[in-house]
Amino acid sequence: MERSQAQFRRVARRSGPPVTLSFDGRPINATAGDSVLAALLESGAFVRRLEFGVEPRAGFCLMGACQDCWVWSAAGGRIRACTTSVSEGMELFAEPQDMAGSRG
Amino acid sequence: MAEIVIIGAGPAGISAAELLVANGVKPILIDEGMRAGGQGYRRPADDLALDMTKLMGSEAGRYAALHKRFATLRPRIDYRPQTLVWAIDGKRLHLLRDGRTETLDCDSLLIASGAMDRIAPFPGWTTPGVFTLGGAQVALKDQGCLIGSRVAFLGSSPLLTLAAKQYRAMGAEIAVIADTTPFSAKLAAMPALLGAPRTLLRGLWYMAAALRTGIPMLHGVTPVAVEGDGRVEALALRDGSGRERRFACDAIALGYGLKPETQLADLAGADFAYDRDFRLFLPKIDGFGRARPGLYLAGDGVRIGGADAAEASGALAAHAILSDLGRAQDIAAIRPLARRVTRLRDFQRGLARAFAWPKEQIAALPDTVTLCRCENVTIGEVRAAMTKALGPVEVNRVKAMTRCGMGRCQGRVCGPTLQEIVAAGTEQGGEAAGRLRGQAPVKPIALAAAEEPA
Amino acid sequence: MSTQTTDVAIVGGGLIGVWTAFFLARRGQRVTLIEKGVVGEQSSGVNFGNLRLQGRLPGQYPLSLRSQALWEDFDALIGEGCEFEQTGHLYLAYDEEEHAKLEGYAKVSESYGLAIERIGPADLRRRWPWLSERAVAATFSERDATANPRLATPAVARAAARQGAAILENTRVTAVDREGDGFALALADGNRISCVALVNCAGAWAMEIAERFGESAPVFPAGPPQFVTEPFPYRIAPSVQAIDGSVIFRQIPRGNIILAGYPRTAADPQANRAPVPPAKTLAAMRALARVAPMLAQCHVIRVWSGIEAYLPDMIPVIGPSETTPGLFHAFGFCGHGFQIGPGVGLCLSEMILDGATPTPLDPFSITRFRTAATVSEKFRKEFD
Repeated sequence: MERSQAQFRRVARRSGPPVTLSFDGRPINATAGDSVLAALLESGAFVRRLEFGVEPRAGFCLMGACQDCWVWSAAGGRIRACTTSVSEGMELFAEPQDMAGSRG
Repeated sequence: MAEIVIIGAGPAGISAAELLVANGVKPILIDEGMRAGGQGYRRPADDLALDMTKLMGSEAGRYAALHKRFATLRPRIDYRPQTLVWAIDGKRLHLLRDGRTETLDCDSLLIASGAMDRIAPFPGWTTPGVFTLGGAQVALKDQGCLIGSRVAFLGSSPLLTLAAKQYRAMGAEIAVIADTTPFSAKLAAMPALLGAPRTLLRGLWYMAAALRTGIPMLHGVTPVAVEGDGRVEALALRDGSGRERRFACDAIALGYGLKPETQLADLAGADFAYDRDFRLFLPKIDGFGRARPGLYLAGDGVRIGGADAAEASGALAAHAILSDLGRAQDIAAIRPLARRVTRLRDFQRGLARAFAWPKEQIAALPDTVTLCRCENVTIGEVRAAMTKALGPVEVNRVKAMTRCGMGRCQGRVCGPTLQEIVAAGTEQGGEAAGRLRGQAPVKPIALAAAEEPA
Repeated sequence: MSTQTTDVAIVGGGLIGVWTAFFLARRGQRVTLIEKGVVGEQSSGVNFGNLRLQGRLPGQYPLSLRSQALWEDFDALIGEGCEFEQTGHLYLAYDEEEHAKLEGYAKVSESYGLAIERIGPADLRRRWPWLSERAVAATFSERDATANPRLATPAVARAAARQGAAILENTRVTAVDREGDGFALALADGNRISCVALVNCAGAWAMEIAERFGESAPVFPAGPPQFVTEPFPYRIAPSVQAIDGSVIFRQIPRGNIILAGYPRTAADPQANRAPVPPAKTLAAMRALARVAPMLAQCHVIRVWSGIEAYLPDMIPVIGPSETTPGLFHAFGFCGHGFQIGPGVGLCLSEMILDGATPTPLDPFSITRFRTAATVSEKFRKEFD
């Protein structure tokens, strides 16, 4: 995902501890309590590419209903970005990383 | 002792729990979210420096009261946050918590699952930077963020002006408030809106405030397209007199009112009926929210009515639960609740005329518009499938043939529009298009969630 | 109220009915197909989509192989696609006893000319890296395939219509009577149909016609509990089945994984409902995660089932009526009718037009229910 001008604009500060995570290998600075989606969109990243085309997506409903903000985690999990809080050291990706073995 | 379970911790669920506790019952309150309050009355985390009194405006008092009531209530109920009910099998609820599934059996079930935005697509609506109107408010209330710096509010809903007002107060530039319903329709709906004068006045006040601050406010618009290469750069529309207008913006909040999230009611066995005013299939309930023996529905999750109606209907449902368990209920307490619920839900019918679901605009959308954003199915693909010989003429069959509604959201976003496209294609009216059948899981669950504890 | 005269009336618009209509119309017969709902609505439209050749009942192979050739020619024959893919089929054994069973199936398949590869533990992981250690051996049949059941039946119905068949949807047959050497059907809309030959392929509802002519079979309804996942990176090429019955799954090129499991669920043809107990979904999710661990974080997004007709000996009824010349039965496909559908349609057309079919169909005769039905071991395993 190309870095570009941030989508979200923060207007209220959080007082919690800082959290660093990465998205597609780039560090993202956030605060404990931020949702993954807010952290990504504040920092200029988008969220994913639709499987059936190349168009980028950046979430839509922000309340866990539309299912359009799932991201991949290096830990092997999948995360719905708008309903998951950031945690220190999260390594997230817009696209699936190489999984056990190649196609067969 | 009967096990009473409430799904949903918004105003309806909380009010129901309160009344049950007052009658000596300890209900289980299941909440998909992290903190009680639902959507409209979302409470941000304590460490977010957001002036909620300022943000909630005239609703600040009720908002604070609800959260205070919940704080008092919490030690007296079995509150289970971050828990999803993904399936219902008779009296057995299947839950997902901490990535693992578990079951919970209940005797009486109250579903107060709330609502989500109703969306109508238009060219470019899947561009990053377009969010739902409700989502724009969640970004602010839950995350302390604006969805953009220069925001367009598009759709048809009293929430358009409210959200724009909140955004402006927090420093956003408002590109435009563009309502697809003509102003004349609002005037015509006035008599029906007098049923809830306080709400009506509040709405008018917001509209006046928007005008006073020089925000362009248009009625009777037709959305034309989102412009921008991979992100929102402008909103193009035709105004009420047919003139092409273009508003530079970096985000769009899109919404046509709310629709109840009825998936759990469906799995729990509620019957549905088509409502011609709202053009939605809604669960059938009696005056107390009873859907079938042992199943009760309350709040925006069954009928849109706002927070006040949610609180009253939650209490009503609790009365019904207690009565059905053999505990006589006080009619004097019930009557005012029932009147309030009826009045506020009826008000929504007037609102549905003043802020109309744009079914004609939908029928006129070009074939190239994405209808199902999960599966990338266009309106044209659906229309083409329907015109084939022996082609589908009912939504479930259209879904089977085109994949529209087969994605991760299972029709939550595209469902109402699909209904209109099918209705327009068959010329038989909205109800004949059919109702998308619900199935478990109500939201995606990972294979790993089924793992049994070691 | 009108009476339509036709050569062949077909009751039931599933896969069997539409293929029969197609082949008959193509040979110049006047055909009327009557379907109470829309074509392919029931079992034909909700099944797993396997065009499996491995592990079929031995007596079915001639029919099965004939049918596969038709599937392979689908696009040219029908003029539309149904997402046919020659994926091959992978049969998995989890222990030595199952391995022996696999070997037994393989020998049967080979005796009918199918090419079967036997794969040992080392090669299994090399060829299919996503397969867990659970599988100790497998057989792979290259010719097996899959297709999209939702698309297939309507496409064949359209092709039949183009050949001249009349396809009547949303039409219920209320009465069937002998009329001279033919039949008279009364429809719910008041119209009547007169025909020379009658095909009963009404699935879970076929007994109404059979019993009308003094025949019976112990048909009962059940459904295959299934689920589909979100799209996931495409890694699993073959259609996969564990011989212990715990999983049948396939991944479509779009990325979704479709899974069918046992035991079957209850189905209600009267109410037209086949609910899927969540506990079965969970069991199937566990079974899938154990055999393909890379799918652990893949999310299930929907379950479904359908109404299929079963017989206790787990083989269908196909063939002429015992009591009534001109009446032909084809029902009770026990969850494996998708693959043999086109073959059954072709054979029925031959029986009707030529008096006989070259494909041996004796094991499927309805006459076997004159005596008590044998209960197959498969039946015991696949139901609860």
